[in-house]
Amino acid sequence: MITKEDVEHIGWLARIEINEQETVEYMEKLNSVLEYFGQIDELQTEDVTPTYHVAEIYNVFREDMVEECLPQETVLANTENKQDGAFRVPKIG
Amino acid sequence: MAYENPDGIRIGLEIHVQLNKLKTKMFCGCSTDYHNAAPNTHTCPVCLGLPGTLPVLNKKAVEAAIKVGLALEGEIAEETQFHRKNYFYPDLPKGFQITQYDFPIVSKGKVVIEGEDGEHVVGITRAHMEEDPGKLVHIGSIEKSKGVLIDYNRSGMSLIETVTEPDMRSPKEARRFLDKFRNILEYLDVFDGNLEGAMRVDANVSVHWGTRVEIKNISSHKGVERALLYEIMRQKNVIRRGGKIVLETRHFDEGRGVTTSMRTKEEAEDYRYFREPDLMPMRVTDWIPAIKDTLPELPDAKRTRFMEQYGITDMHARSLTSKIMLADFYEGVCAKGVDPKTAATWAADVFLGELNYRDLAISSYDGRTIGFIHAKDPEIENSFKVPDMVELVTLFAEGKVSDRAAVEVIRTILDGTEEKTPSQIIEEKGLFKAEDDLVTKAVAETIAENAAAVQDYLGGAEKSLNFLVGQVMKKTKGTADAKTARELIVKELKG
Repeated sequence: MITKEDVEHIGWLARIEINEQETVEYMEKLNSVLEYFGQIDELQTEDVTPTYHVAEIYNVFREDMVEECLPQETVLANTENKQDGAFRVPKIG
Repeated sequence: MAYENPDGIRIGLEIHVQLNKLKTKMFCGCSTDYHNAAPNTHTCPVCLGLPGTLPVLNKKAVEAAIKVGLALEGEIAEETQFHRKNYFYPDLPKGFQITQYDFPIVSKGKVVIEGEDGEHVVGITRAHMEEDPGKLVHIGSIEKSKGVLIDYNRSGMSLIETVTEPDMRSPKEARRFLDKFRNILEYLDVFDGNLEGAMRVDANVSVHWGTRVEIKNISSHKGVERALLYEIMRQKNVIRRGGKIVLETRHFDEGRGVTTSMRTKEEAEDYRYFREPDLMPMRVTDWIPAIKDTLPELPDAKRTRFMEQYGITDMHARSLTSKIMLADFYEGVCAKGVDPKTAATWAADVFLGELNYRDLAISSYDGRTIGFIHAKDPEIENSFKVPDMVELVTLFAEGKVSDRAAVEVIRTILDGTEEKTPSQIIEEKGLFKAEDDLVTKAVAETIAENAAAVQDYLGGAEKSLNFLVGQVMKKTKGTADAKTARELIVKELKG
């Protein structure tokens, strides 16, 4: 069972502000999802290997070859918060 | 005798090492050569964490991790894969770090160090691959920061995080471990320890077999030793006053040499690891034989060979193999046919001692020239050539220069800006050892001119002998061998 505290914690981890009403609403929704997974959980899966990737592909690599980087202006183009070629963000608490 | 560890100290280390010898970052083709570059000039959509980008793993990074695993005598996993470690912090803009979790590429290794009581085995719990975050620069101090500047040039660099067992029993052992570990990585040619930020260490320490405290992000080997010395003293004091050690993370203030408590996080760490869906798992154990063939001779093997092949002492072999470039330089000198024992004394004792005295760190060797940079200011650099060392060792072995003069030559080369051979320096400074008859003449003159001192010496004042030797050295402008001069005077006066 997911409690109100769990929902608040998840909200904090995702840095999303959730009000009292939403907390209750999400708690109910998440519990119904969890309940559904509870049904799946009843299946016998002891001999089934977990599927993490649908494609059975291993070993995808690239060679150690240098490619062109983005110019600094392009990197900083979408922010107003810049200083001396760096991104500037508020103090982190 | 076995070391008793009276304070019940246990130290474990977590070491982050950048695979900075690779040409490109871990998951994109951005160049790793960013150390002197302007901020945010070595980035692309992948390492900036822009939405919709796909990381593709650098094959050489995996090979390097396997190399490290084999050198640490660890096990390489049959199947290994990446996870996302989720957290919000602007050093990684995509909201998670790609790392390894329950299937690290390397587990169960070991490193043998020179411990408190001889050889001591430090267990390696695991070593895994992960990406480096970007660099944050606080405007003002960390405590009174007004804002933070972010440079993503470092973001996405390949890291190997190695976790040891808490097997070290003193700060000295922790430092020895780090020296050895760094040395092994440099032998493997996967890592250049002289680059800024190449190695970062977290240390866990407990006393009286008690609760451990973690000290985060220490940047130098000396720093680790100092942080541990301070932290052990602090913990012992807390216990002596009847207090309790609490499980916490502390920060080491390099300037003040103290550790301070970092604010305890209100929420427990909750990284919600899950498999990285953008990266496929790896099965690479079939690479092992080929990689094994490329492994170089490692420090311990080289040390044993040096002792056998060159007949040098364990101590000399240890210092000469403590840096791959120094070992190669020494072998370069020996290959020119000089006496290996004499060469070992000059390379390990004098040369290395003079480098340490000047805070110079060996940074390159190309088969002929060994280069160094100042440990604190990489702008200061200098070099020393194999032929110069060969010439100097030969001149010394043939008795043409005194040891004092040979040291002077090494110092002149290390402090000099012009290229000069030892012979030129000896010539210019008049350092050639004086001919024996010249010394004999100087001795005779000295005795004739200093009757009072001679009388004093014959009367039992040993100090007067030093004065007379000094006079001979003065007459020969320092080229006489002091020991020979002393013997000649004594022989002349006392028969």
